[in-house]
Amino acid sequence: MEFVVFVIAGLMILGGAVGVVVRKHPVHAALSLILTLFGIAVLFIEQHADFLAAVQVIVYAGAIVVLFLFVIMLLGVDNAEDLHIEPFKIQRPAAAVIGAGLAGLLGLAVIVSRKAVAPVVPQSQAVQDAASDPHNSNIKALARDVFSDHVLAFELTSVLLVIAVVATVMLARKPRKGDFVVETKGGAK
Amino acid sequence: MIALWHPTTTWYLLLAAALFSIGVVGVLVRRNPLVLFMCVELMLNAVNLTFVALSRHMSSPTADNPLHRGDVSGQTTVFFVMVVAAAEVVVGLGIVVAILRRKPYATTDDMNELKG
Repeated sequence: MEFVVFVIAGLMILGGAVGVVVRKHPVHAALSLILTLFGIAVLFIEQHADFLAAVQVIVYAGAIVVLFLFVIMLLGVDNAEDLHIEPFKIQRPAAAVIGAGLAGLLGLAVIVSRKAVAPVVPQSQAVQDAASDPHNSNIKALARDVFSDHVLAFELTSVLLVIAVVATVMLARKPRKGDFVVETKGGAK
Repeated sequence: MIALWHPTTTWYLLLAAALFSIGVVGVLVRRNPLVLFMCVELMLNAVNLTFVALSRHMSSPTADNPLHRGDVSGQTTVFFVMVVAAAEVVVGLGIVVAILRRKPYATTDDMNELKG
């Protein structure tokens, strides 16, 4: 059963990833990205990371991809990119070689070290029961970890988010009259 | 036979490696800045998958502690990676909006005009 879920989710992930890379239209690439993110969420659920699966769907597939689509529509840059234009002749073959080499190296590292991640004891019925125990749920364990050991990092992420919001507002707004504008060669726009 | 086809941590790591490599190829090949961001998201998700797979492996039962499932540090890390990824996308898209508003249809090849 887990095997079937893994294969289907893996096909979703890899198919969506290839779609992001090869689709000409940015909107199609964003929709392929949603497919990949849902596949990742399925694998999270399969590995008993329930809370992360929910966050994956809400934050990634919900907020981030919608943000992408919003920017695509807002700027009107939803024109298809002509994939036949190659500024550098060597770029595609070099990228293919680098990608294949990286995949080979990573796969080799995983295969070589597979003894280290070999399952010690197969998942027994007791463990399955413990995983579904409401008093020992994934979200409780995660909350205990975040708010005890990593509480400082948690507070720092809130600072990071505030900085990101302020920076984006500064970046994206149009300069009004009287604002500080950097003079360019052709005059300030 | 079914137990033989039980996906182990190695399978998840191989899938994550493939996903990461596809993201790298996308970053190297594509020229639309928005699609570049999507490929970076692919790589981040590959790393997240690795973290969760190894987290389950670390908290999987051992011989002397068959009910050990307390260590969720990997999942906590994924949580923080998601927050940082959201902030990164927000700032990155802000930069993209600022550039594309000044120069529509800009690709990454046009970024050499950024020099003063």
